[in-house]
Amino acid sequence: MAARHFVPKAECEYTKADFQSDQMVKWCPGCGDHAILASLLNTFPKTGHKKENILMVSGIGCSSRIPYYVDTYGFHSIHGRACAIATGAKLANPELSVWVNMGDGDSMAIGGNHLIHAVRRNQDLNITIFNNEIYGLTKGQYSPTTKFGQVTKTSPFGTIDYPFNPGELVMSAQGTFSARALDCVPGPTTDIMTRAPQHDGTSVVEVLQNCMIFNDKTHAAITDRAVRDDRTIVLEHGKPMIFGKEKNRGIRFNGRCLEAVTIGENGITLDDIMVHDETTEDTGIHMMLARMCGELPAALGVIRNVKEDSYTQLYEDQMDECMATGKYKCVDDLLNSGDTWEV
Amino acid sequence: MAENIIHQNDIVVRFAGDSGDGMQLSGTLFSDASALTGNDIATFPDYPAEIRAPHNTIAGVSGYQVHVGNHIYSSGDKCDILVAMNPASFKSNLKWAKKGAVVIVDIDTFTDEAMSKAGYTSDPFTDELEREYAIVKAPVTSFTEKIGKEQGADKKVYEKCRNMFALGIIFYMTHKQLDQTFAYLERKFAKKPEVVKLNKAVLTEGYEYADKVELIHSHIIEAAHAEMPKGRYRNITGNVATAWGLLAASERSGRRLFLGSYPITPATDVMVELSKHKGLGARVFQAEDEIAGICSAIGASYAGALACTSTSGPGLSLKSEALGLAVMTELPLVVVDVQRGGPSTGLPTKTEQSDLNQALYGRNGEAPLVVVAASSSANCFYWAYNAAKIALEHMTPVILLTDGYLGNGSQLFRIPKVADLPSITPRLATPNDPNYRPFRRDPETFAREWALPGMEGLSHRVGGLEKCPDGPLSTDPENHALMTYNRQEKVNRVANNIPDQEVTGNPDADLLVVGWGGTAGALALAVEEMNNEGKKVAYTHFNYICPLPKNTGDILRKYKKIVVCELNNGQFAGYLRTQFPECPMKQYNKIMGLPFEVGELKDCFTKILGE
Repeated sequence: MAARHFVPKAECEYTKADFQSDQMVKWCPGCGDHAILASLLNTFPKTGHKKENILMVSGIGCSSRIPYYVDTYGFHSIHGRACAIATGAKLANPELSVWVNMGDGDSMAIGGNHLIHAVRRNQDLNITIFNNEIYGLTKGQYSPTTKFGQVTKTSPFGTIDYPFNPGELVMSAQGTFSARALDCVPGPTTDIMTRAPQHDGTSVVEVLQNCMIFNDKTHAAITDRAVRDDRTIVLEHGKPMIFGKEKNRGIRFNGRCLEAVTIGENGITLDDIMVHDETTEDTGIHMMLARMCGELPAALGVIRNVKEDSYTQLYEDQMDECMATGKYKCVDDLLNSGDTWEV
Repeated sequence: MAENIIHQNDIVVRFAGDSGDGMQLSGTLFSDASALTGNDIATFPDYPAEIRAPHNTIAGVSGYQVHVGNHIYSSGDKCDILVAMNPASFKSNLKWAKKGAVVIVDIDTFTDEAMSKAGYTSDPFTDELEREYAIVKAPVTSFTEKIGKEQGADKKVYEKCRNMFALGIIFYMTHKQLDQTFAYLERKFAKKPEVVKLNKAVLTEGYEYADKVELIHSHIIEAAHAEMPKGRYRNITGNVATAWGLLAASERSGRRLFLGSYPITPATDVMVELSKHKGLGARVFQAEDEIAGICSAIGASYAGALACTSTSGPGLSLKSEALGLAVMTELPLVVVDVQRGGPSTGLPTKTEQSDLNQALYGRNGEAPLVVVAASSSANCFYWAYNAAKIALEHMTPVILLTDGYLGNGSQLFRIPKVADLPSITPRLATPNDPNYRPFRRDPETFAREWALPGMEGLSHRVGGLEKCPDGPLSTDPENHALMTYNRQEKVNRVANNIPDQEVTGNPDADLLVVGWGGTAGALALAVEEMNNEGKKVAYTHFNYICPLPKNTGDILRKYKKIVVCELNNGQFAGYLRTQFPECPMKQYNKIMGLPFEVGELKDCFTKILGE
C-alpha cells in the first residue's frame, strides 16, 4: 500500500520567528526546556507543514506549558492524557500535524497506558518526552525514570523503584520510531525532531533534559562537555558506530552482547565495528542500543525507524472504502433499512 | 385452531431459560412478528452479567419480556404467559407471572439433577401451584430431538432449536401466524438451508403441539391492534436509537461524527452500532480505557468533530476529570451514560437511575454542564440528536442519561425524515477574523466561538488552566470569578431555548406525580389508569434536567401534594428541593435493579391521595 500524506504543505517558507508566540516564557532560567523549545521552533519551518495545521498537545508538568510558547493551535490538557487527546484530534482531522509533548511522569506514570497504546497503534503522532527524571512542577518527587536508589523528597532513603528506559518501553510496545536527543545540543536535536514527522506512524523522541532546581546534573555523567564525546554515541543509519574524542572507539557485537572497543587495540579494525541499521525489523539490537549505559556510551540519534502501515493511513483507507461502497448514502437510508412497515 | 379466543388490550409474554437457550432471540422474534402484524410493542431483556453461568443454575437464567397490544407504554408488569425452559428459570421467574397465567415448561428438563441444581428438594408442581397457574408440561426437548433425528441433524445443532418449539406454542397461543418468522429464518440462515428446514420444522411442531393441548385451547389470547399515528415504523432498541440520533445530528450539522469509547455494559451497543457505519462517515475509536475514550473525544471536538463518548456509571466516574476539561475549554461534547445499578461494578446488567448526582455534580470545581434524559427506547433517538444540538450550539458538554432498561429494551419507532429534524448551527468562527478571541461570547447564549485547527489566522491555545476572555492564562481573582459566572450563565441560558414543561393526566388534581428519564412508560400508564378509575392525578415528566424548563417552579407550586418517583434513593427529589425549597415533596424510590411496575405506583399514589 502506498503511503498517503494527509498534512497540507506550506505555501510559503516559514522561519523560527513565525512560530514564536507573544507569551512570556515562564520556565526557570537555565532550564533545559528553553533549549528544547528552541529546537522545536527551528524544526517547524523544516517540516514544510502548513502552520495552521500544526497542533501541539501537552499534558501537565513544566514541559507541558510549551504550547503557550509556540504560535500554533495548542491544547494544554490534563495530566497524562495528551496522547489520548492527540489521537482524537488526528482521527477527527488527519490533515493536522499533531505534536505531543510530555514529561517523564506525565508520559510514563499517570499517562503510561495512553503512551504504550498510542505507540502500538502507530498513528501519525510526533511525541516528544522531556526526560529530567524528576517531578519538577510538584517540586522534586521521584518519577518512573529516576535512577534506582536516588534520594528525592518522596524517597528520603533512596528509591527502590526500578526505572523505565523510555526507548526500551517504546520498542517493547512495538514502536516504529524511537530516538534520543540532548537538550544542550539544539542543532542535532532539531535534526532528530525534523525526522520525526517524516516517519509514517508514531515517532517518539526522548530528550534528556536537565532540571537545575530539583535534579541538577542528573544526565551530567554523559552530557558534560568534558565527557560527552566518550560517554555518548551519535547513531547514523548506514554508518559504523564510532565515538570518542579521538573517534577511535566503536561498538562491537560479540555474539552475546554489545561491547565498546578501541580500534587499533587487540587487533580490532573498523571492520569489527557494527554499522547502524535503524530499519531492522527485529528490535533486538535496537533494544540493546537503547539500554547502553555505564561502560557503553548512551545512544543518541534515531535508534529505530521501521516502515509499517500507519494507523492513520489504515483508518483513512477503511473510511474511504466504506464510504465508497457503503449500503447507505445518508441517514434516511439507514432509518428505513431492514424491517419497516406503513401504518 | 380453537374458536374461543380471548381478546385483550395487551399481552405480556416472558421467555426464560438458561443463558444460551436462545431466549433473547425468541423474544425478539415474537416482538418483531407482533409489530409487523399491527401490535404496538415494548420489550425488556433481563439477563445475567455472566455470559454462560453454570448450566441449569439460577445464576444462569436469562429472560426476555415482551408486551404487545394497543397503547404500549412499557414492557409490562407481570406476564400472562411464561415460558420456562428449565427448572432454574421456572423457579426464578414464576414471581413475574400473573396469578392464573399460563406457564409453559419444558418438562423434559425437570430431571432430579436439574431440579436439585435449581434448589428444589421436592416436586415443584404442587397441587397449590397447579391451582394458581395453568401449567403446560410440554415435552420440548424430546419433540425437538425427534425432529432433529428425523432430519439427520447433529445433536449440537438441534439442541439449539428448542426455543423454536416454545416459540411455536406462543405463536399459537397468541393467535399469530408463523410466516414472519419463516421469512426471518430464511434470511438469517440463507447459506444453511438445512438449518432453515430444521428450525421451521421445530417451530411448526410446537405450533401443532399447542393445537392438541386442551389447556392451551382455553387460553388463546389475542392482543388488540395498535391505534398509531400514520407513518412508517420499525422496531428499535434504545442503544441503537441513540447511535442513530448521533448520526442524524452529524449529518444535519455538517460536522464529522466521532465516538471515542471503551466497552462497558449496558452501553457497549452504542459503540457497536456506530462501528458499522463508517460508510456514513462515523469515526469510531475503541480506546484503551474510559479516560482515553473521553479524552480522544475532547481532542476530536477541538479539531472540529461532533464528538461523543458512551459509557455507564463506573465509566462516567473515570471520565470526571476530563469532563472538567471539556467544561473549562468550553468544547461541544456529548457523553451518553446508559445507567446501570451501582455503586462500583454494582448490577451491570440491571437498570437504575442512580447516576443523576454524578452527572450533575461529579467534577472538581464549579463545573456546570447540561444534563438531559431520554424517556423511552425510541426517543433515545431524539434526545441524542437534541444533546448534540445543544452541545454544538451552546459550546458545552452535554450528558445524556439513558439506562439499561431503555438501552436494551425495544419499542416501535416512527421513522422521521432527517430533513424534518430541527436545524443545527454550530458556532464556527470565521477564518482570519481579526476580532476573534477564544472566549468572546454570544451576548444571548454566552456561547464562545469554535475556531478549528486548520483555519487561518485563528491559532490559539486552550487547556485546563483558567484563561481570560482574550485567551491567555490568568490567575487574576476577578477574572476567575467572571469566567466562573460566565460558564454557569451559559448553561443557565440553555433554558431560554427549551420548551415549557408540560403537565398531563388531570392537571386539576391535588396530586402531581413527577418523574424523569426512563420511567415514563410505567408512570404514564399508572397515572392514566388512576384517572380512568376516577382518581385525579396530574403528571409531569422531565427530560431537561439541567437546566430545568423555566416554568418548573410554577408547576410545582400549583399542587398540594407532589411525589417524585425514581429508581434511586431520591436524587432528583433532592435536586428539585434545592431549587424549590418551598415545595414539599414526597418520594417513591425503588433500588432493585428493576423498572417500576404500574401496580406498585398505583398503590403508592392511592395511599398518598388517602392521606
